[in-house]
Amino acid sequence: MRQFEYTAATDIRGATQAISTKPGSAFIAGGTGLIDLMKLDVETPQQLVDINRLPFAEITENANHGLRIGAMARNSVVAWNPLVRERYPLLSESLLAGASAQLRNMATVGGNLMQRTRCTYFRDVHETCNKRSPGSGCAAAEGHHRTHAIFGTSEHCFATHPSDMCVALVCLSAVVEVQGPSGMRRIPIEDFHKLPHDTPQIETALARDEVITGIELPPPSGKSRSIYRKVRDRASYEFALVSAAVLIETSAGMIDDVRIAFGGVATKPWRSAPAEKVLKGARADEAAFRSAAEAAVNGALLHRDNKFKVELLKRTLMLALAEVTGEQR
Amino acid sequence: MKVLGRPIDRVEGKLKVTGQAKYAADHAPENLVYAVPVVSSIARGRVQKIDSRLAESLPGILAVLTRQNTTALLAPANDFGSWTKLGEARLLFADDQVYYAGQYLALVVAETLEGAKEAAAAVQVSYVEDQALIETDDALGDLIEPKFAFGPTRVTRGNIDKAFAQAAHIVDQQYSTPIEHHNPMEPSATVAEWKGDELKLFDATQWVMGARNCVADMLGIQRESVHIVSEFVGGGFGCKGFIWPHQVLAAVAARKVGRPVKLVLSRSQMFAACGHRPATRQRVKMAVDDRGQLLGIRHSSISQTSFVDEFTELCGSTTGFLYACPAVDVSHQLVRVNIATPTPMRAPGESPGMFATESALDEMAYLLGIDPVELRLRNYAEEDPESKLPFSSKHLRECYQVGRDRIGWDARTKAPRSMHEGRYLIGYGMATATYPGFRMPGAAAVRLFRDGHVEVSSATQDMGTGTYTTMTQVTAECLGVTVDRIQAVLGDSRLPPAPVSGGSMTTASVTPAVKAACEDALAKLIRSAVDDVKSPFCGMNPDDVVAIDGQLRSKGGSDQSYEDVIRSAGLDEVRGQSFVKPGAEQGQFSFHSFGAQFVKVRVDPDVGTVRVAQVVSVFDIGRVINAKTARSQAFSGIIQGIGMALMEQTIYDKRKGAIVTNNLADYLMPVNADVPDIDVTFLDIPDFHISSIGARGVGEITITGVAPAIANAVYHATGVRVRDLPITIEKLM
Repeated sequence: MRQFEYTAATDIRGATQAISTKPGSAFIAGGTGLIDLMKLDVETPQQLVDINRLPFAEITENANHGLRIGAMARNSVVAWNPLVRERYPLLSESLLAGASAQLRNMATVGGNLMQRTRCTYFRDVHETCNKRSPGSGCAAAEGHHRTHAIFGTSEHCFATHPSDMCVALVCLSAVVEVQGPSGMRRIPIEDFHKLPHDTPQIETALARDEVITGIELPPPSGKSRSIYRKVRDRASYEFALVSAAVLIETSAGMIDDVRIAFGGVATKPWRSAPAEKVLKGARADEAAFRSAAEAAVNGALLHRDNKFKVELLKRTLMLALAEVTGEQR
Repeated sequence: MKVLGRPIDRVEGKLKVTGQAKYAADHAPENLVYAVPVVSSIARGRVQKIDSRLAESLPGILAVLTRQNTTALLAPANDFGSWTKLGEARLLFADDQVYYAGQYLALVVAETLEGAKEAAAAVQVSYVEDQALIETDDALGDLIEPKFAFGPTRVTRGNIDKAFAQAAHIVDQQYSTPIEHHNPMEPSATVAEWKGDELKLFDATQWVMGARNCVADMLGIQRESVHIVSEFVGGGFGCKGFIWPHQVLAAVAARKVGRPVKLVLSRSQMFAACGHRPATRQRVKMAVDDRGQLLGIRHSSISQTSFVDEFTELCGSTTGFLYACPAVDVSHQLVRVNIATPTPMRAPGESPGMFATESALDEMAYLLGIDPVELRLRNYAEEDPESKLPFSSKHLRECYQVGRDRIGWDARTKAPRSMHEGRYLIGYGMATATYPGFRMPGAAAVRLFRDGHVEVSSATQDMGTGTYTTMTQVTAECLGVTVDRIQAVLGDSRLPPAPVSGGSMTTASVTPAVKAACEDALAKLIRSAVDDVKSPFCGMNPDDVVAIDGQLRSKGGSDQSYEDVIRSAGLDEVRGQSFVKPGAEQGQFSFHSFGAQFVKVRVDPDVGTVRVAQVVSVFDIGRVINAKTARSQAFSGIIQGIGMALMEQTIYDKRKGAIVTNNLADYLMPVNADVPDIDVTFLDIPDFHISSIGARGVGEITITGVAPAIANAVYHATGVRVRDLPITIEKLM
């Protein structure tokens, strides 16, 4: 870890000012990701701007009966919030599937949106990494990459996005609310995270002097059911090898509407429009689930150690669909 | 027996849960400064230059130690028998070559830990890098025969070729296990403080005497001038057994800057600086007759060692004696790779070796259609088939029986993939457990004070294993006083010498010494009583005075408490001491502990996840000194076995040798959610051949057999035989 300066912001103007006037500044909220990376010298901010005192921790109901969750709300608070549990159980489930109780108590919603990859080579400053050090190369391509992405990859980077929460948010069509010097803007969650292309260092649509202030969840449909299914090598406290979030509406055994997103398999929280397309209007049965699974993995780009994710993803999705629809296979 | 065996709470427990127990890194002598190592980022090559100018320009930097500015260390005997075993034979900074990633290249000393870390990162090292050799596969062309090991590397008896020729059935399979790291909760840590020519090290070690000897010898100073203090150790599992560079490095740095130095290894450094269990490749060829009687076993193992030392994982250490088998051919070979030197890790040899042999036996049982327990009973060794000696005490049959009853073994359906709970597949598996009953010489002292309290001491260690408590209980038993009057002292090299706390030998070695010291103290107490003119025992024959329940008593009916005897004699204390060692019995018996591991697993047939649903373990370890701390040890070994079976593996970058899983998020160990109901039974039958206490060890046997029992259960659940640990999802899809 390097020496850094520390300043605490008490309002949004102070926060954005502090970050724009001093190069090499970074916001710190829960710190569960940033501090970890600072210890590894992957992040070397010259100044930390503490935004923990900004008044964005509230969880409130919108006029349209959606929910607004403040960016500073802790993961555990969101996960156990009665409104969230009642109307967006998918979000609660995904949060509780992530990290450990201790980390969830510190980590914020805004920080979770900004979570960085667990790629070993990104985390080791002695290795090449296009995300950490643009243009230096990708050590993971030849190195160990069992946990790496099969979707949304580029020749420059195929590091997996690690968040569970963001997978649920994609499924729930969340909108990220950010504020900068020129005011507030709202970014649909699917546009918030960026594909690596040839700029893997650019991970989100957030400008340097913008702060995430909250997320908005559209009102839930009364008929929808959901499931978050996470597969990993140990029972808890581990990132997903594969995860599937499904939000589905059925009537009389037919699928009226469905949204599907995956974690652990892509460079960003991965919405699977092809799988949704197969399922919409179809009968909720094993044949449809299998077709959806095949559609979901179409176009996957595989490397030496992560080929198993194709089959694992298919099985995970089929299992999730069967469980959420109550269909016996 | 009043106190022995009772499940009393660990005597130092309150200190630990209230934060008062001082571990090595908790010590902060005045003027303490901090050291952070600079380690190699390449795995093979040569250091061209270490540029520390930038680092030294940072505020608060006191020194940057490198090979260039550090006096060469002297080589100790480096020999286990003389208590001078180094973890790695190559001395610190011995040359400019790099043999593995994570090798020490320099050490930064600074006023603050943060400053030292920043400076360590600012030290510029330039290398001439060579192609690293990481995988066993790539090194098979250079197999070497081990020259050094903690046991025979080659065991042969009978005619193995004839056995294979006559066999009705043969299982011939390859098994492999990955590199695993000990990962104790407390990282290795040393605080070094010089006072003149005297060196004091607060150290996290399993071997205070070994640390004293090695550090003194490497520095070329008198052994008596080195004082090791290791009162509390937060787990070791073998990685704090031998002596590693950080221990002497802290002393070198403290001498250099003239101030006390604290050196705590980071978690990532723990993956290269204090050993690991090496990766193994094993081939087991097992032949039986048509009744399932073993005719011959060939067990050939290849394990990894480093380029700077030789360590042999003795995978075949149990193959020669565990079952009655006329022909045996056990061999070990090594490959050198650009990975740090391996070291013993909980049941070294047995853990990976029995994964192979106990899996092979299971394969044989299914091949023959014989119950796996029955197959083992048919090949039960009544005496040690290798040494031909009787076992000192063996009750393995009872272990099998208790285990199969407690888990409901006979109620299972035998065919693979035949049992379900909901959509999950269920499987049962079992394996034998065993570990040698080692004992080494040990000494202890017991002091009876005039205020009635008792101190028992020995230069042994307590890594959370319960040594404080077992010493206390044995003392209470032998003196007939209550445990609350006894204070156990250990983890200090100035106490009566005791062996390394490894090889599950602490209890077997130290408790007889404690008993002998108690007997010596009581003899001296009686002597002072009969010599004391004011004593009711004055002038009696000492043989007519006995010690019972904290009192001396005579035939004539006199009695007096120990403290009254001491006070009456005008003494402050009476001190007993002992030095006891194993004797002729070592040549008359074969000493081993035995056990049986039974597990139930639940496998998700869709996504391939395995969770252990239940473990039933039964152990025959001789007398149990404390049923609670022993049970805790068993839990820990079993949980470590679950880790070994399902998730633990250290992964290296195949090209560059960097450690990919050098943290506890990527190196997976079981968390609570992975730990099922664990049912532990100790037969608790004293082995009076090993000592008059009757206790063998408990630490290591508990992990043996767990991984194969789980692999066997996974086969029963799924019909898939996994011969390469750990059993991860992709192997079951």
